Amino acid sequence: MEHGTSVNPWVALAYLIAGVCFILALRGLSSPATSRRGNRLGMIGMTIAVVTTLLTHLPIQAVGLVLADSSGAVATTGPLFARIEMLTLLEILAAIGLGAVIGLTTARRIAMTAMPQLVAAFHSLVGLAAVLVACAAFLNPVAFGIAELVVPMIGQPFAAIHPVSRIEMTLGAAIGAITFSGSVIAFLKLNGSMSGKPILLPGRHILNLAVLGAILALIAGFFETQAPWMFWAITLLAFLVGFLLIIPIGGADMPVVVSMLNSYSGWAAAAMGFTLGNSAMIITGALVGSSGAILSYIMCRAMNRSFLSVIAGGFGAESGGASGGEAIDRPWKRGSAEDAAFLMSQAEQVIIVPGYGMAVAQAQHAVREMADKLKAHGVRVKYAIHPVAGRMPGHMNVLLAEANVPYDEVFELEDINAEFAQSDVAFVIGANDVTNPSAKTDKSSPIYGMPVLDVEKAKTVLFVKRSMGGVGYAGVDNPVFYMDNTMMLLADAKKMTEEIVKALD
Amino acid sequence: MDFVSILSIFVLACFVGYYVVWSVTPALHTPLMAVTNAISSVIIVGALVAAAAAGVPGAKWLGLLAVVLASINIFGGFAVTERMLAMYKKKERPDAVRK
Repeated sequence: MEHGTSVNPWVALAYLIAGVCFILALRGLSSPATSRRGNRLGMIGMTIAVVTTLLTHLPIQAVGLVLADSSGAVATTGPLFARIEMLTLLEILAAIGLGAVIGLTTARRIAMTAMPQLVAAFHSLVGLAAVLVACAAFLNPVAFGIAELVVPMIGQPFAAIHPVSRIEMTLGAAIGAITFSGSVIAFLKLNGSMSGKPILLPGRHILNLAVLGAILALIAGFFETQAPWMFWAITLLAFLVGFLLIIPIGGADMPVVVSMLNSYSGWAAAAMGFTLGNSAMIITGALVGSSGAILSYIMCRAMNRSFLSVIAGGFGAESGGASGGEAIDRPWKRGSAEDAAFLMSQAEQVIIVPGYGMAVAQAQHAVREMADKLKAHGVRVKYAIHPVAGRMPGHMNVLLAEANVPYDEVFELEDINAEFAQSDVAFVIGANDVTNPSAKTDKSSPIYGMPVLDVEKAKTVLFVKRSMGGVGYAGVDNPVFYMDNTMMLLADAKKMTEEIVKALD
Repeated sequence: MDFVSILSIFVLACFVGYYVVWSVTPALHTPLMAVTNAISSVIIVGALVAAAAAGVPGAKWLGLLAVVLASINIFGGFAVTERMLAMYKKKERPDAVRK
């Protein structure tokens, strides 16, 4: 029934080994020490999968034919066959080579601060590749081993696609298309090419549900009839859904969006794996799908929001509000780089709280330099990372790692939150909402219930911020600004940190 | 392979994924996304099948294009993960203050 892949048990075994390599690749990420070995295993798994596919699917049987009757008569046709196969192989190798050049150049050149955009862009490619594969399977189902050639009494012979495969391939195309257009929008928002503000269409929920309903109805229709127009309509509508789903979601919710699209790219690969009956694709799809889903869950939990409310979008659209207006009147203290340097050099322990602003200002190297100077003064320095700091899961950790901050100085929220009370200085740089104590006390606050870093418990809070005017993405004022033990350091994050470094000399 | 065996693999793999991903340290969540990106490009298997098949030129070209896209992801994804992972270092002096 299936083509090639399932006939030969060795081939099935090879794909299984590839799948196991992928599981071990993720397993390696449980600690930085084993992570690189895991990544190598991932590469090995991919090589096994690609080579196995090439060996089983290139039209090599023609070469076998030449070898079988090499009695002279075939000598003329032999080279002809061989040339055609070489052409196919060369085309494929050229395609892989082109992708390799683009991929490797991008990976080498990309700035670590641009990692969220890059990941979104990569997701869009997986989505589009899934759509293309589904289209190719639809156009040439016999090659995929999912159809029987039917020769009717009257009319043209046609390929009848197996009913189960009809569902699998349309699901693959639909999920792939949603992943593609959704990731393109996420990329544009993360890259700043498009405003991070939510774009709210009137009646968008009804519109989304209507389009989703139409897609499901068309899938059912395609299952019954295999009508080509339905396949194309499903794909087009799914592109539309991805677009509609992501435009109303604001910049601060991007960690959830990126994780969710990660999950979708996995489900798309799994759906195509069902079509091909390929265990490597199914295992990988399930791994990636659950990985993205778990990351989305972790991000939602860290914001105390339900997944549905994030997907519904609109968060951060109603900025300002009552609490934002009265902000200007309340007294606050402004400090200089020299004040900050003095306070920190006298401290026993300083906890640095980085946020998206540090990434934007590219201040991570200056921060590490500051920490080195402080350590030279005998100060203990630690970093506290909120799960949603930045624009994707683990964003801050990568930036600090890039700046050569040892990973054992970097702590997650639940591991360090109790330590603020025993710290002399909390140095907040480019973070805001994740330090807002009203999340703990003010039931009317839009971020109420979100776990936050207890920076206000430190003896002194140094808050690096561009200006007093701006509020965080949630659009709420932060009471920490007006506390007696808070000193506002108003400047560009990088410039301020560099000045502190100078003052520490 | 019949549908039920494929479904069994899928369901079991979801469970494996669930437990493996929860064990990933939060500090490595960005590399996790990059590497899952790379491995989900195993969809290249489908692209290769389409690109290697003769008969329908449209399907072949779509397959080749998908091979290019998936390869960008495979090479780019693994390379960028490698680059990130190489940056994660422990403290240089183990005698320095710990936790």
